[in-house]
Amino acid sequence: MDEALDTKLRILADAAKYDASCASSGGKKRAAGKNGIGSTTGSGICHSYTPDGRCISLLKILLTNYCLFDCAYCINRRSSNTKRARFTVAEVVSLTIGFYKRNYIEGLFLSSGIIRSPDYTMEQMMLVAKTLRNEHGFAGYIHLKTIPEANPWLIEQAGLFADRLSINLELPLQKSLEDLAPEKNTATIKTAMGQMRERIIEAKEERRHFAPAGQSTQLIIGADTATDDVVLTTSASLYKNYALKRVYYSAFSPIPEASRFLPAKSPPLQREHRLYQADWLLRYYGFTVPEITEGGDASMLDLDIDPKLAWALKHRALFPVDVNTAPREMLLRVPGLGTRAVDKILAARRHMRLRLDDIARLTSGLKRLRPFLITLDHRPTRLIDRADLRQSLIAPPVQPSLFD
Amino acid sequence: MNTAVTLAAGADQDGFRLAVRRLLAADIAPDAVVWGTPDAGDLFGGSLAGDAPPVMLPRALAAMITPVVCHRDPERYALLYRLIWRMRHGEPELLANPADALVRRLEMMRKAIRRDLHKMHAFVRFRETIGPDGTARYIAWFEPDHYIVEATAGFFVERFRSMIWAILTPVGSLFWDTERLAIGGPGTKDHLPADDAFEAGWCSYYESIFNPARLNTVAMRSEMAGKYWHNLPEARLIPALVRGAPERLRDMVAREATTPIHRDPALAVAAMAKQNPKTLADLNRIIAAAPSLVPGATRAVLGEGPIGAAIMLVGEQPGDAEDNAGRPFVGPAGQMLDRALAEAGIDRTTTYLTNAVKHFKYQQRGKRRLHASPTTSEVKHYRWWLMQELGFVQPKLVVALGATALLALTGQPLPLLRNRGPISFDGQAGFVTTHPAYLLRLPDPATQQTAYTAFVADLQHARSLASAC
Ligand code: SF4
Repeated sequence: MDEALDTKLRILADAAKYDASCASSGGKKRAAGKNGIGSTTGSGICHSYTPDGRCISLLKILLTNYCLFDCAYCINRRSSNTKRARFTVAEVVSLTIGFYKRNYIEGLFLSSGIIRSPDYTMEQMMLVAKTLRNEHGFAGYIHLKTIPEANPWLIEQAGLFADRLSINLELPLQKSLEDLAPEKNTATIKTAMGQMRERIIEAKEERRHFAPAGQSTQLIIGADTATDDVVLTTSASLYKNYALKRVYYSAFSPIPEASRFLPAKSPPLQREHRLYQADWLLRYYGFTVPEITEGGDASMLDLDIDPKLAWALKHRALFPVDVNTAPREMLLRVPGLGTRAVDKILAARRHMRLRLDDIARLTSGLKRLRPFLITLDHRPTRLIDRADLRQSLIAPPVQPSLFD
Repeated sequence: MNTAVTLAAGADQDGFRLAVRRLLAADIAPDAVVWGTPDAGDLFGGSLAGDAPPVMLPRALAAMITPVVCHRDPERYALLYRLIWRMRHGEPELLANPADALVRRLEMMRKAIRRDLHKMHAFVRFRETIGPDGTARYIAWFEPDHYIVEATAGFFVERFRSMIWAILTPVGSLFWDTERLAIGGPGTKDHLPADDAFEAGWCSYYESIFNPARLNTVAMRSEMAGKYWHNLPEARLIPALVRGAPERLRDMVAREATTPIHRDPALAVAAMAKQNPKTLADLNRIIAAAPSLVPGATRAVLGEGPIGAAIMLVGEQPGDAEDNAGRPFVGPAGQMLDRALAEAGIDRTTTYLTNAVKHFKYQQRGKRRLHASPTTSEVKHYRWWLMQELGFVQPKLVVALGATALLALTGQPLPLLRNRGPISFDGQAGFVTTHPAYLLRLPDPATQQTAYTAFVADLQHARSLASAC
């Protein structure tokens, strides 16, 4: 690889790193034909991990970081003095194939600053996907970040070649979007999401290829004043109204060339972590947004304990739960019991009455479970009333801030 | 006396299954079996030989045996045989109880194998070299924890089918020549090419995608343990990246926020306004250049006729003849339409003709290209273009010929016959009738004649509406 291309790669990978949505999951298993290359496994593979603990699954780059727009939270905004570069369509294609053949990646995640016009940019991105599919028989994963301001027919074309399409909502509050991203518009974004949703559903019914892995979006956390309640309510409505596969949360990270409008501080990683946990409760544990935020304070989640534990501590009367008789929905509400563990308990229950030892074999979180569970040989009547229960269950922080 | 079973080194799937058949046929309990491999030295005990009848094992049990046999644990065969024995002696549901100690241990072993497979799929790194015949070859060196090399072959073959590659490991090797898989003995790292054209680029990528503000080495190590690092080219960079992170972050935060230049969105807004096609010719250029959204089609067939035409006719999609000619309504249905238009007193040359879908969707049957109906979502894909087209032509009346055109003009699948006659498409005066191709498909001449007369009457009705408004 020559030096000029290497320099571009550095600039355009660096510019893409603030986007959290990198998964290569979803969609069906698929393999290339005889002369093509690539396959998708359905669940995605992380080919490497960077020292921030994030998975590298896709080649995540921008086509260009030149941008006409001026979103304050973004390092590529027009008014930033960052170094600029632009790939050609052929360069992105060659990098993707070269990396793929060496088993570095599952595929491509292509995003872009907006050059000339949203249409022009979207068309270039679509061309990358089309070239990979039609000229190289590439069957790996392709995720395109869609530009909502582009004309609908371009989005339709992109869906023919991509596995996943996404549009970043970025800020849940319309007001923040107006202040921080003057060219963007919540209504435009949601219209585009609605259009994609309709096409994805119809194509599935008709067994045609249109973004089979669905659509996702990203919300930036901590760049504006939106509370966790607002963020989660937004997510719940996105899952419901637009059938999104995932909502990603990205703690606002200080960027070089930061705008005056934004906080220059360590990213709120713990808050991001709690929001992901809350998101799981929404999608897989039957919790509602009010139930989740109830566990915290002033519309914010409790940062010290996970949202399920927080909810349980405010509803102590519902515990302890008898592991041998409780229904699935109630077991799912027990702090420390995940969906897998609950399913194992239900399976084991058909064969035996469970003791504490058995539970220890089925899950790793026994210490946290004890106060909330009744087993054949364990009945924690007093534990649940202890005033210091919360304190005793606080786990040490995941990662100390670098500023401490 | 104990029975000794000697199996091949590594994951001896066939050997183990044969041994199980023999042991079960001889009704030998697990406690009386000693399992070993050739390198384990002499085993004390009698041995079994000869054929044994096949044994039916439940699917869930087979799904446990295959992975666990790949495990490095010398006890793997004994544990599996114990499980099989118990399931055949009074505990057929044993595997369904995850709390049983034996089941749990085997489950952990299976999980370890799954993880090892997953890590091998993820962390194998090929280097490219050019073979004597000038073709590219890809070679990798990897050290798995368990005897999983054969088990990973399917994944790599499927993914890299058109490449010539080899994966070498200390416990066996895989060779693929684009058609056949060969499985060989242990390899050595010596055959790994010294360098690769993309490796430096991959390392640049790794370095650039890392965000120092989010340093979290615990999470990294839990997924990418140190034991893998020496075979991962990018891992060489980790120590320096970790050391430099706090400094880089402090630097980012300390640097004074830049004053925004001029936050005037005019430029971007202008660019957005500019992108919509300004004329019908612009729109047609976009349509002509775009790939087909339906399978088939050699070209886009654009609308035809004067801007400001009194009547705009919208059909379904071009057919075989239209696709060849590049013009709408020139095939058999087009000829039928021409006749009907003439009888209804409508001049084709002053009418605008177009289709809801701009490409010919077909299925190849021998030499013939058979018309295939566009699906609802395909029609909707094309809808944006049709609406733009309508906006440029601005006819007095737009006539939907058939259900597809009706769907395209309303955005919803509506029954044709119930909507036949005058209609309003979102304020635009419209009219709904059948598609001429429908007339051609009617079986007997009498019904065809009746339908044709009704079609002509519809067109006359449309003409009078168009001249009235
Ligand atoms: S449009 Fe995208 S790339 Fe451009 S400034 Fe906004 S967020 Fe950044």
